Amino acid sequence: MSTSPFTFSFDDRAVPAEDGQSVAAALIASGIRSWRVTRVEGRPRGVFCGIGVCFDCLVTINGSPNQRACVIEAHPGDVVRTQEGAGRADLAC
Amino acid sequence: MPISPAEPGPAAVHDIVVLGAGPAGLATAVAAAARGARVALVDAGPRPGGQYWRHRAGDDGAAHHDWDRFRRLRDGLDAHRDLLDHRSGHTVWHVERTGAGFTVHTLHAGRPYEIRGRTVVVATGAYDRQVPFPGWTTPGVFTAGAVQALLKGQGVVAGRRIAVAGTGPFLLPVAAGLAEAGAEVVGVFEAGRPLAFGRHPFTVVRNAAKLAEGAGYLRTLARHRIPYRTRTTVVAAHGTDSVTGVTVARLDAGWRTLPGSARTLDCDTVAVGYGFTPQTELAVQLGCAMERDGDGSLVARVDSRQRSSVDGVYAAGEACGVGGARLSLIEGELAGLHAAWATTGARPDRRRLARLLRRRAAQRSFAAALHRAYPVPGGWRTWLEEDTVVCRCEEVDVAAVRRAVTELGATDPRTVKLCARPGMGLCQGRVCGYATAGLVAEADGREVTADDLRGMAGRPIAQPLPLGVLAAGADGAGNEA
Amino acid sequence: MGAACAYYCTAAGLRVEVVERGAIGGGTSGAGEGNILVSDKAPGPELELALLSSRLWRELGAELGAEALEYEAKGGVVVAGSAETAEGLRRFTAGQRASGVHATDIGPDELFALEPRLTREAVGGAHYPQDAQVQPVLATAHLLRHARRRGARVHCGTRVTGFVRDRHDAVIGVRTDSPTAPVRHARWVINAAGTWAGELAGLAGAPVPVLPRRGFVLVTEPLPRVVRHKVYTAEYVANVASGDAGLETSVVVEGTRGGTVLIGASRERVGFDREISLPVLRRLAAQAIGLFPFLSGVSLLRSYLGFRPYCPDHLPVIGPDPRAPGLLHACGHEGAGIGLASATGHLLAQRLTGAEPDLDLTPFRPQRFAEATA
Repeated sequence: MSTSPFTFSFDDRAVPAEDGQSVAAALIASGIRSWRVTRVEGRPRGVFCGIGVCFDCLVTINGSPNQRACVIEAHPGDVVRTQEGAGRADLAC
Repeated sequence: MPISPAEPGPAAVHDIVVLGAGPAGLATAVAAAARGARVALVDAGPRPGGQYWRHRAGDDGAAHHDWDRFRRLRDGLDAHRDLLDHRSGHTVWHVERTGAGFTVHTLHAGRPYEIRGRTVVVATGAYDRQVPFPGWTTPGVFTAGAVQALLKGQGVVAGRRIAVAGTGPFLLPVAAGLAEAGAEVVGVFEAGRPLAFGRHPFTVVRNAAKLAEGAGYLRTLARHRIPYRTRTTVVAAHGTDSVTGVTVARLDAGWRTLPGSARTLDCDTVAVGYGFTPQTELAVQLGCAMERDGDGSLVARVDSRQRSSVDGVYAAGEACGVGGARLSLIEGELAGLHAAWATTGARPDRRRLARLLRRRAAQRSFAAALHRAYPVPGGWRTWLEEDTVVCRCEEVDVAAVRRAVTELGATDPRTVKLCARPGMGLCQGRVCGYATAGLVAEADGREVTADDLRGMAGRPIAQPLPLGVLAAGADGAGNEA
Repeated sequence: MGAACAYYCTAAGLRVEVVERGAIGGGTSGAGEGNILVSDKAPGPELELALLSSRLWRELGAELGAEALEYEAKGGVVVAGSAETAEGLRRFTAGQRASGVHATDIGPDELFALEPRLTREAVGGAHYPQDAQVQPVLATAHLLRHARRRGARVHCGTRVTGFVRDRHDAVIGVRTDSPTAPVRHARWVINAAGTWAGELAGLAGAPVPVLPRRGFVLVTEPLPRVVRHKVYTAEYVANVASGDAGLETSVVVEGTRGGTVLIGASRERVGFDREISLPVLRRLAAQAIGLFPFLSGVSLLRSYLGFRPYCPDHLPVIGPDPRAPGLLHACGHEGAGIGLASATGHLLAQRLTGAEPDLDLTPFRPQRFAEATA
């Protein structure tokens, strides 16, 4: 297997990942279960379907919100952040 | 032949665009290319194989079923490279009917592509079907497929102490895989009583191999001392930020919980699945006639050539009825042979077709027997609290769905969707469609119909795409938006 | 429209049955944005109707609950992209003000204060505080709910197949495809069949030329409150009033309670073609980005389409039909059906109970098309 380990940051903490691994898989492997806070009730969410169908595992990656952590591969140096609500607070005015 | 941003060139038109590179799509593409058809195989995944053969780069396949078959198909992709254009990492957001055929609109690495074909084959597979239960939105509750995908595709075990629950034969390999990977599986809770399956001995004999697989998984469970309980399931998950335990209860034949049977179990993870829901939005987009299958899922209707009701549109695999990988391979090959015949005139071998049709009939009756052996009766609705979330995206609860019927006079899921917003979120009803249809039909005092399911299955934009990307195509009559 | 008629007729003490061939709000209502606009109407009978409607919707919001209807008096902002358009708009608002519309001409600074994310290419515009919005299906459902409370009966999934006439050829009921109640008698029948009203009128031998004009709406991913008003370009007014069969798009952008941003509005006369048209969607997206550049990076989540019931003279058909005594029409409101429903229902209820109507229905009379050809 091609598994050259590297790290990315999640909410300012270093998370190890392997080449080709999804952001969600790396987070779960590090014991992190949730990385989104829902828009209406403010509840934590993480992976549910794991195959890109349910859009529950949305996260902000390198400033882009609504990325599906379960299908996006992690890259060295990625800056991953918990997504609050719609993840578009920058647009509010 | 590929159309890419770098090579705008004149539009290439494939004979066949295959949507999905799981068992059905791979079989379609390889069979069609082998008959001389120019094929584009479009898939969202980074590697072929779909959910069934989900794997990591360099995987030796030891953990997979029918891996030899996958290797042969993958070799087939390579062997027909001159005719077969495999587009991995392409997410289809719309399939457009054009005068000459079809244009498949995809997003790849954030850029739009158009892939053209004279025919399309919908081989989009399926995902775990879910019914809601209190606590099912708590992190640590996964679909069985998610747990499997993490394990097979990512090499990650989803948790330490895991409850596996739901219904259907898929629970067994998931639990067995977890146990072999070192997780503690606190139990497999099968809501049904699949022994009823024995009432169909003819089907069983013809599919002995499949049953042997199941027996193998059961042996693995026994070896790890994992309890396997039927007529039992997880009716609630506990914990606020992460799962800390579940309530497990025994069920009657209609899936109402038996009084006094509830007990709590400590665990940090739940893997749950109630059969499968076919991905049908592309078939629906194309206007294919849909019907409600024996397992209660909306599926595309196909004929003996895998043709849908729409000219030039074929469907194969789970999209025309959940039936497993073997059936998908057969239907895929049939679709590939017929689509190639229709577009290149390459007449398939009649005996091969006859053989495929016989095998399709056998696998379909096996699938129908499985659907009968693992039904999802409506009693799951009694597990719900009024504030149990139905639509995970829009956080719509049971009470809101029921109120739309009882107070607002909605009589179908589509109207409920417009009144209370279930299915209005980013997943567009993929997850809650089945449950919403069930709740609405119950509140309206009737059974679920194909129209009910259809009302939650229309997704004219199959995947979100940036408005800027959509707009950029405005000037382009060209092949790349 | 039917729900508003049922609401006002039951409020006036009439006994009402609603026959709906599909589900509530399942026609054009469920495919629209729920606009309650005065801003897009030039002085004339339709504006009178819109002003009355605007007042009645405000009352409905108070009576039925603004939350329940998602009634929101958000106001409209019309944007001019050139000095010339701004000048034309100023003339238009002057006329509207003379007819009782609250319309304020505003410059760029006020425009950007009202809509901070608006394109800086806007040179001026107008603010219409009376423009409002409801969630159309919720509004329909709640109107019917109140009508039911006052005794109305609602029969969904029931199609009208013909009319029952008496010896004098007056309409005294309808025939339906319901096996349990194939005939429903009534003193009056109101044709509120939306885009299918022409077909229904034909069954009564009293044709009205209601035609479908297709429109698409784009729905974005949920966002925080970023578009505050109903915002559209000054060209929108010209397109609403146009009879051109070809595709016209003029952008309308607005936020919703659910957080999504809605983008309209295209107009095409293509019959009842339900096939999605990517060129139309692309054009709407491009125009929306022109108005609000930030939308370029916002995702499209879904789209839907509907058919506006459209009459050649752009006026609705409201009132009794002398060609079929007992039949009244409440149709042909084009894209303003929800907005004009309250006044239409109210005026018909007045007419049926012998009260003096608040507005003269003559401009909306059903026989006007026959007069024109005669």
